[in-house]
Amino acid sequence: MAGELPFEMPLVELRKKIAELKQFGVEKEIDFSDEVARLEERYSVLEEEVYSNISPSQKMHLARHQGRPTSLDLINLIFTDFIELHGDRMFGDDLAIVGGIGKLNGLPVTIIGQQRGKDTKENILRFFGSAHPEGFRKALRLMQQADKFKRPIITLIDTKGAYPGNTAEERGQSEAIAHNLREMSQFGVPVICVVIGEGGSGGALALAVGNRVLMLEHAIYSVISPNGAASILWKDASKADQAAEAMKITAADLLGMEVIEEIVPEPKGGAHRDYEATAAATKDAIWRHLQELSGLDSVALKEDRYLKFRKIGSFSEGQQEIISSELAMVIEE
Amino acid sequence: MFKDLFQKKRKYATIPSERVERNGGPSDGERPKREIPEGLMSKCSKCSTIQYSKELEKNLKVCPSCGHHMRLNASERIAITLDGEGFIEFDSEMSSVDPLQFPGYASKLEQQSIKSGQTDAVITGQGSIGGHSVIVAVMNFEFFSGSMGSVVGEKITRAVEEATEKQLPLLIFSTSGGARMQESILSLMQMAKTSAALARFHEAGGLFISIITDPTTGGVSASFASLGDIIIAEPGAVFGFAGRIVIEQTIRQKLPDDFQTAEFNLQHGLLDLVVHRKEMRATLTKILEMHDVKGGF
Repeated sequence: MAGELPFEMPLVELRKKIAELKQFGVEKEIDFSDEVARLEERYSVLEEEVYSNISPSQKMHLARHQGRPTSLDLINLIFTDFIELHGDRMFGDDLAIVGGIGKLNGLPVTIIGQQRGKDTKENILRFFGSAHPEGFRKALRLMQQADKFKRPIITLIDTKGAYPGNTAEERGQSEAIAHNLREMSQFGVPVICVVIGEGGSGGALALAVGNRVLMLEHAIYSVISPNGAASILWKDASKADQAAEAMKITAADLLGMEVIEEIVPEPKGGAHRDYEATAAATKDAIWRHLQELSGLDSVALKEDRYLKFRKIGSFSEGQQEIISSELAMVIEE
Repeated sequence: MFKDLFQKKRKYATIPSERVERNGGPSDGERPKREIPEGLMSKCSKCSTIQYSKELEKNLKVCPSCGHHMRLNASERIAITLDGEGFIEFDSEMSSVDPLQFPGYASKLEQQSIKSGQTDAVITGQGSIGGHSVIVAVMNFEFFSGSMGSVVGEKITRAVEEATEKQLPLLIFSTSGGARMQESILSLMQMAKTSAALARFHEAGGLFISIITDPTTGGVSASFASLGDIIIAEPGAVFGFAGRIVIEQTIRQKLPDDFQTAEFNLQHGLLDLVVHRKEMRATLTKILEMHDVKGGF
C-alpha cells in the first residue's frame, strides 16, 4: 500500500516479512503456513496497537495525507444530483471553495466545501485549498441562497487557512471572513459543519459557524497551523510536531472542550484507505444531526447556534465580580 | 572662543528608545547610561526627532514633526477619547486562565500583567463622548500584543450584549496581533462568539463604530474589527489579516512600505475614513449626533 506515514513503518516491515516468507515457501516448496499464521496474528495485534494510539502529530500527518478524500470526493459519495454553482458575483470564482446544491437522502441541501488539489497542478488552481475573499463570498452567497429557500447547509472544512497573499488582503480578506462569521450565526436553517481534514484558523472558521460541528476521527482543527505556532513560539517551523502535541488539535480534544459535537469514525489507518466507508460514516452523522435539528424552527435554530458559541471560553472572574445587569441598574439610576 | 562653546555641549542627553514599537519587547541589553531623568525626552520611532515627552503627551503622542501616531495603551486611549467623568468599567476583574496547560503560558500571563498593570488585553465599559452615552471597548497592545483569548472574547461579547440591551451605540478601539495561540481553539472560537453577538446587535439596529489603531491583525481584524457600520482608522495604522512576513514568504516578493496601512486600506475600499488622533473625538461626536439620541436604535 502506498503513502504510509512513518509511524506505520513497523506494519509495513512486518507485511513485507510475511510476503517474503510466503514467497520463500512457494519457491522452496516448504510449508510455512504455521509460521505465516503466527506472523499474521502478530500483525493484527501490532496493527491494533499502532492505530489505537495515534498521537496528535501523527494525526496531523494523516489529516494532511495526499490521498485523503477531498470535499469533492465526499460530496460525490454522500449526496446525489450535486450541481456545482460558481462565483461570488463580484470578483471571480475561487476554486479553493466549491459549493452547490444536491440531495441528501432525497432532501435538497446546500453544500459548501474547501477543496484541495489532488496533485500540484490542481493545487495551484485551487490555491492548496486556501481561499481568497471571493471564495468566502461565494460561500456566503450560496448560504444566503440556502437560507432563502429553506435548505439545510452542510459545509466540509479542509484548509490550512485563508490565503495569505497581497491580493487577498487588497480585496478584504478580514472583511470576508468576519462577514461570514456574522451572517452564518443568523441563518434560519440548520447548519452542519464537518472538519474532514485540516481545519486551519479563521479560514476554516469562516465556514464553520454551525449548529453542529463534527470532525472526522483524524482531522485536526486549530487556531494556527502547528507549523505557524512553532515558528512563532520557537522560531522554528520544523517543530510542528511538538506544537501539534501542545495545541490540543485533535477531535477528541475538541470534543472534550465542547467545541465539536461528535467524532466521525474513520476506517482503520485513516480516511484515505476507504473513501466509501468514510463517506458512509460522514453521511450517517450528518443525517442524524439534521434529524435532531428538524424539530427546531428558524428562531430556535438561531438561538441554538448562538448559545453553542456563546458558551465557549475559559476565564476567571475576581471576587469583585460585576454583573452587567446589576451595573445596568446603577447606570440608569 | 568657539572651543568653549563646544565644550559646554559635551553632556549629551540620552533618551529611551520607544519601547513597544514593532518588535514588542524592550531590548535591555545595552542601554546607554542616562544623564537626564528617564523619560524626560522621547524619540519618534519613525523620524527619530527628539522632543520633550511632556510635549509629546500634550500632542496625544503624535510626533509633531512627522505626524506619526505612536501607540497608546488602553488607559491613555480612554483618557483622550471619553468625556472626563463617568466611565464605568465592566468586568475589571476578569482574567485569563491556562485551560490547555500550554507550555509557558501561565508564567507569560503573569509577566504580562506585571508589565502592563492590566488583567488582560481589553478594557470595556460605559462612558460618554461629547455627552453621548456609549458602550466602549478599548484593546491594549501592551498586554500580550493585544491578543484575543477567552477574556478578550468574553468581555467584548458582554459589552456588545450590554449595548444591545441598553440600546446604546458601541465603539471598539482595536489593536491586536491576532488570536492568542496559547488558548488554541478556544481563542479561535472567540471570533465566532463576538461576531454572533454583533449580528444580534446589528439586527436590533445598533450603531457600531469600529476604530482601527496600530496594529490590528489576524483574528481580531477578521472578526469584530471588520464589522463596524463605520470603520475608522488612525493614520498609518496597520490593518490586515495575514502578517507582512507570511505574505512575503507566500508570494516571494517584497511588499511596498505602505502595504496594509490605513491609507492603503482606504484606497482599497476597506475603510470609511482615516482620522487624525486630534480629530477623533470630534468626528465620533458628530457621527453619534447624527445617529440620534438613542444612537441608531
